[in-house]
Amino acid sequence: MDLAQLFDPAIFPVLAADGLTNGAVYALLSLALVLVFAVTRVIFVAQGEFVSFGALTLASLQLGKVPGTLWLVLALLAISAVVEGISQLRQGQGRRAGMVLLSALGISAGLWALLTWLAPLKLALPLQVLLTLLLVVPLGPMTYRLTFMPLREASTLVLLIAAVSLHLILSGLGLAFFGAEGSRTPAFAEGQITLGQVQLSAQSLVTILVSAVLMLALYFFFDRTLAGKALRATAVNRLGARLSGISPVRAGYVSFTLAAAIGALSGLLIGPSTPLSYDSGFLIGLKGFVGAIVGGLVSYPVAALGALLVGLLESFASFSFSAWKEVIVFGLILPVLLWRSLTTRHAEEEE
Amino acid sequence: MKLGSRTWLALAFFAVIALLPFLLPTFYLTLLGNVGIYALVALGLVLLTGVAGSTSFGQAAFMGVGAYTSAVLCLRFGLSPWLTLFAAVVVTGVVALILGAITLRMQGHFLPLATIAWGLSLYYTFGNAPFTGGFTGLTGVPPISLFGMALNTPSRFYWLVWAVLALCAWVTQNLLQSRTGRAMRALRGGVTVAESFGVNTYVLRVQTFLLSAVLAALAGWLYAHGQGFINPTPFGLSQGIEFLFMAVVGGSGSVGGAILGAGLITLLRDQLQNLLPKLLGQSGDFVTPVFGILVILMLQVAREGLWPLLERILPRPSQTLMPGTERLPIHTKPASGEELLRLEGVSKHFGGLKAVNGVSFSLNSGEILGLIGPNGAGKSTLFNVISGVLPPTAGHITLRGQDISRFASRQIARLGMARTFQHVKLFPEMTLLGNAMMGGYTRAHAGVTRSLLHLERSEEAALQHAAAEQLTRVGLGDVFELAGNLPLGQQRILEIARALVADPTLLLLDEPAAGLRLGEKRELAALLRKLQGEGVTILIVEHDMDLVMNVVDRLVVMNYGEKLAEGTPREIQQHPAVREAYLGGAA
Repeated sequence: MDLAQLFDPAIFPVLAADGLTNGAVYALLSLALVLVFAVTRVIFVAQGEFVSFGALTLASLQLGKVPGTLWLVLALLAISAVVEGISQLRQGQGRRAGMVLLSALGISAGLWALLTWLAPLKLALPLQVLLTLLLVVPLGPMTYRLTFMPLREASTLVLLIAAVSLHLILSGLGLAFFGAEGSRTPAFAEGQITLGQVQLSAQSLVTILVSAVLMLALYFFFDRTLAGKALRATAVNRLGARLSGISPVRAGYVSFTLAAAIGALSGLLIGPSTPLSYDSGFLIGLKGFVGAIVGGLVSYPVAALGALLVGLLESFASFSFSAWKEVIVFGLILPVLLWRSLTTRHAEEEE
Repeated sequence: MKLGSRTWLALAFFAVIALLPFLLPTFYLTLLGNVGIYALVALGLVLLTGVAGSTSFGQAAFMGVGAYTSAVLCLRFGLSPWLTLFAAVVVTGVVALILGAITLRMQGHFLPLATIAWGLSLYYTFGNAPFTGGFTGLTGVPPISLFGMALNTPSRFYWLVWAVLALCAWVTQNLLQSRTGRAMRALRGGVTVAESFGVNTYVLRVQTFLLSAVLAALAGWLYAHGQGFINPTPFGLSQGIEFLFMAVVGGSGSVGGAILGAGLITLLRDQLQNLLPKLLGQSGDFVTPVFGILVILMLQVAREGLWPLLERILPRPSQTLMPGTERLPIHTKPASGEELLRLEGVSKHFGGLKAVNGVSFSLNSGEILGLIGPNGAGKSTLFNVISGVLPPTAGHITLRGQDISRFASRQIARLGMARTFQHVKLFPEMTLLGNAMMGGYTRAHAGVTRSLLHLERSEEAALQHAAAEQLTRVGLGDVFELAGNLPLGQQRILEIARALVADPTLLLLDEPAAGLRLGEKRELAALLRKLQGEGVTILIVEHDMDLVMNVVDRLVVMNYGEKLAEGTPREIQQHPAVREAYLGGAA
């Protein structure tokens, strides 16, 4: 393959636009990964599953079918309610345990009724997006409750092993509930936009814009709201935050809710250009990871830039050496880690 | 040599394993052969995860590097598998060395993350490289021959695998019960403790990673020549994760756990992989998610895995000191009254914060010097600067005339400075003896190779002897008790014993009385006086005035990062500036 072809004026802008579009989504994911790691020390490998679930849920709704996510949510809700009920009972809170079970039952019935009523109606796309979020976002806090909350005093290493296990569980559940076929979701905008020499699909523009808006929203959330500041405080110093009345468990719930929401939205943004199946979210999530690692898992802006770089690299690599695309993208992590290990001073970790 | 009851059990286990080909049908032999291969990889993960506190999801990829190296060389150049074994180990070792050298300087979680990415990269490399046969793979890989006999029947191959595993399990077990193995275990608690006793933690982490990769390469070599064909699938990320699951479920802290885990996971997969799709009425891999649930439950309920539960019913390991007449060399100590430590204008600034600013004092051999000051005076920072944990911003520190200002803590440890920690840093699951022996790391020399083959037994016996001696000296009798079972006061005493095993010319104590009850404080004071009587030089940072005033010869008082006063306890008690700093202007 002739490398010079990459810089052909007819090809370069197309590849760049493609790379930026995917890079914007990776950037969103990398922000969620940095957030979850900073607040809970969980390296959330399973983030990518929310991407798949988001896209697959919307695809089911498009067909007028009740999405498999509903059964997944109901199952997890039942298990979470039982686990939480037992832990309340153990603390002698019988009434609360009852409340937990009752409200879980109520929510389940409500969700089931809502979905079986609305799904066949093939509602307008924005409403379907809302329904998708309604189903996928609760998966975040529930996985936190079942997997990571009981391990919150464990080492980063144990949390990472748990996260990898969770990835395998969710991807298996994805296979069971959605089947093995991939689906493409509808674009939010049709047509082409010409900016000078560059032809950009309207969907790409929407993706980049939505990502940018979400990033700004996150910035305002962390900078201007009390809940956001509480999360930042927990990230900086867990004990200190607890002493100032911020519950690390609540911070964990909030960060996993945000992670699930960002994951699902990413799936909706990337779904129109790439058909997603139950297991393709994982690789997408990992690309967000490479970005997050560029930022050392601590810096939001560097992580976002790193993720954009991953998107661009992937786009150019897939044109020139398509078989080696993944090798190049994941191989990138080595020079990045080398650079980080030479530039950052080693910090002592307390296990 | 007398064998312990555990050794007899292990021998009996391998004897039964050796007899199985006469009892079992071929199908089970093949399955158990796989168990043996996987157990080799899990063994490497025991070293890396359970012992050294890091982990890797990329062991399957290392196995693949070993398998492909050997297979390609055999097929292309017609080499004997015994020659290509060497190549497989070297190539895998080089890959691991590069990967480890890059990631192991950083915090522990970067290695596993890098191995996820690297595992994926290698998988696609196997599938796309020109000489690996693509995703269909390579066929016709020759079997391994021994004395002209091809080991290509299921039972012969099974014997080979388990013989290799038995050998590797033996040397790994040797390693764990050695100076190097103890240092590896110390890595798990972070690097500060290990470094403060002279361990080069970076090198040790790379060595551990390398060992685990070599075990994986060995497994890959066996796999390639046992199967006769290879493709990328068994070397992918999901297999890498499954190896880690074996270690976690079996118990990543011990050799037995690796074999147990490999057996359980492999046999479970065999049983479940036909059952689950039938139950669900759908094809696909549903075993892996079930393992995921199993692992999360294990982490939540029994984090150390199943082996420790099984271990309870096994006979306890022997509780006698090893015989041996060799003794560790003793440092020559400076004459009493000679200047030992000297600080000249030492400063430590964090950005604009002057935590320590221009502090000078000196300490003579045989003396106990107290470093006191109100909270936030900079005592602990200065302590960390002296012991090499933090580099000074300015100034000079000399130990016996040698400038140590730029030395890392492990280099300072080798010059005869030993320390205790403000927050006790012991290894609770190790015995008092094991903990104390950690202190003598710099006085012994056996490296990885001698430890693997247990060629360092006389040195180990000498270390045990030195540790037991210091434990008796500080009054801790039951040396086979686990450190985690001691009350806090005795844990602090154990830290002092550990430091004493280093045969220090200077002992640094960081708030040894913090959190102690009155009686424990009295015992501590008595111990310190006893040590001084025996000629130990001590620098002590402390809050507790009673304790300090009663034991030290001289005091240095710090306030706001600067030296406020210096003198005997009596002079300090009279000192107007000190009274003001401690009691406020009213005094």
